[in-house]
Amino acid sequence: MTLTAHGKLQLYGALLLLPAAVLLAAFAYLPTIMTVINSLFLPGFRGEPAEFVGVENYQVLFDDPTFWKVARNNLLYALGTIPTSIALALGMALFVNGKLPGRGFVRMAYFTPTILPMIAAANIWMFFYAPQIGLFNSLLEALGFSGVNWLGNPSVALGSVIVMSVWKEAGFFMIFYLAALQSIPPELKEAADLEGTGRWSFFWRVTFPLLMPTTLFVLINALINAVRVVDHLFILTKGGPNNATNLLLYYVYENAFSFFDRTTAATITVVILLVLAVVATLKFTILDRRTHYQ
Amino acid sequence: MSCKCNTFNTSWINNNQQPVMSVMDQSRIRLERVTKRWDASPAVDGISFDVTPGQFVILLGPSGCGKSTTLRMIAGLEEASDGRIHIGDRDVTRLPPGDRGLSMVFQSYALFPHLSVADNIVFGLRSRKVPKAEQRERLAKVAELVDLTDHLNRKPAQLSGGQRQRVALARSVISEHPICLMDEPLSNLDARLRSDMRREIKALQSRLNMTVIYVTHDQVEAMSMGDRVILMQHGQIVQDGTPDELYNRPASAFAASFIGSPAMNLLPLVAGEHGAVIDSESDMPVAPLEAANGQLGIRPEDIELRPASASGVPAKVLSDEYLGADTIAHLVVGRHTLRIRLRGRHAITGQHCRIGWPASAAHLFGADGLRRDDLTAYSLMPTAPPESELPIGSSQAELRHFPLQSQR
Repeated sequence: MTLTAHGKLQLYGALLLLPAAVLLAAFAYLPTIMTVINSLFLPGFRGEPAEFVGVENYQVLFDDPTFWKVARNNLLYALGTIPTSIALALGMALFVNGKLPGRGFVRMAYFTPTILPMIAAANIWMFFYAPQIGLFNSLLEALGFSGVNWLGNPSVALGSVIVMSVWKEAGFFMIFYLAALQSIPPELKEAADLEGTGRWSFFWRVTFPLLMPTTLFVLINALINAVRVVDHLFILTKGGPNNATNLLLYYVYENAFSFFDRTTAATITVVILLVLAVVATLKFTILDRRTHYQ
Repeated sequence: MSCKCNTFNTSWINNNQQPVMSVMDQSRIRLERVTKRWDASPAVDGISFDVTPGQFVILLGPSGCGKSTTLRMIAGLEEASDGRIHIGDRDVTRLPPGDRGLSMVFQSYALFPHLSVADNIVFGLRSRKVPKAEQRERLAKVAELVDLTDHLNRKPAQLSGGQRQRVALARSVISEHPICLMDEPLSNLDARLRSDMRREIKALQSRLNMTVIYVTHDQVEAMSMGDRVILMQHGQIVQDGTPDELYNRPASAFAASFIGSPAMNLLPLVAGEHGAVIDSESDMPVAPLEAANGQLGIRPEDIELRPASASGVPAKVLSDEYLGADTIAHLVVGRHTLRIRLRGRHAITGQHCRIGWPASAAHLFGADGLRRDDLTAYSLMPTAPPESELPIGSSQAELRHFPLQSQR
């Protein structure tokens, strides 16, 4: 059989795609499908075949108060980290985009937390939060206040984890905002200045709308990170005390590797994936309409 | 109309009657020894000029001559290192741009890409908290004026270059400031559109009686639009005059070479036996001996081409470029080349010839490049009858046409 020129080109293209396709299939699509299947079965004991139970695993999960507590934690964590880190990132980007002495140094300083591995960052914050010798409590004591058990008190612990995450993420998002700010032509500011437009007014009428594509991108990333990044929990709290800082992915990990309940882990994973897909779709459809792409 | 400014503003936007005197005074611009230094060397070096209301003034010069910096200092986008800037009776040297009562059109148009044409135009009115109803009224009028009424809901990205340019113009017109600054507003347009926009801007300016300061490096724009041209070089004013003065009496060799297309021919002069002669062409004295070491300037259209047997400076035609209405021929004289413009078509490449020019068309520049009005170049016309004896109706152009043998 001889290939036509067109056929050859098609084959060539397919071959170029093959390595990526194989990798994605092996490490993304196949595990996803396996997870969905797992979530529909109960494992058989002592070599018996797994039993198909349909959505029963989901019913059990939704009846589990711990799951709801963890889900609620994760929602609070997302609400606590996403708007704060984005606002902070934007503020820092605006600041270091202006004329100020030592601008390069400040930019680098803001970006440093991003370079640190999450585990290392968590270790640093472990020292900040330590009940007796910690930085915060030492400072409070010097000012005459009694210390707080930042990570041990169930009503404070989640807040402490959120603060650390914001510190870690804001610098990363700042880089995107900084890049976007630098692509805004300076003449726009000059044209607005000539009309006597105030800084605040210019920000809301020009800068912020022009940053919308970046904001959308950062928003999606922040959302995914809120569910995806749990490294710091291993160091800081291990989900405790009494699940006060447990987040969904960490709960998946616990189920899979501490309790060896792979089915529940698979079920939660599928729920997470669905929720993320719905939220991302909503964001793109609602915000995309108001977003100006250049 | 609640405030005074409204009354006369509307009057100057609608109409052709002369605006009230106080408006006229408000648009007088005066620069006194204005300097801008970034590092050691000044970008603008102590320049002074005075723009009267209603004037269309061109700041002309090559890139890096300081013309844009001058404009930006008038606008307040750049702070003057030294000197004073007055607008009307106010010293605005340290005022922020928004308080100077002027508008500006940028080279890049500086349109807000996320806003519709209408929102772009009324952007400044919103900043200045003009009531909504008045905004709409003024928008409708201005959109009509620049012919954008059908495009008000589009985004800038959906417009052509010429339309974007008009949005930028509309934005500065709607502000009703009597002064408009323009920074190379046409340089992003193609040649045909540029000539249309030249006329539109000029018409708009005279219709609204705006005071315009217009920066360009294009001498065609300067000649065709300006009431007055300020030519700059190295941060200083080389010449300040009407387009006619710049063309016919260039103040320096630089001014001579910058204006006109093709530019004026400049030939170095050296001392000869009977006066100054063209360097490396030592036969024919062309100017008094005092002119030696300076330069002789003659516009391409002022040079007359004659047969090799006639009198004049010997030359050889290197090439000819036929442009339709006329032909630009490149000639070699001694070691120098010069360009001449001939009416009609002439295929004369390679021929030997002689050239000449009337004394009135020859400009002399000293060794320092400045114009020398104390000397008059010699006429190289073949015993031309005095002007008064010319038969009525015969133009100089006709007299000048000794055709060479064209190899057509």
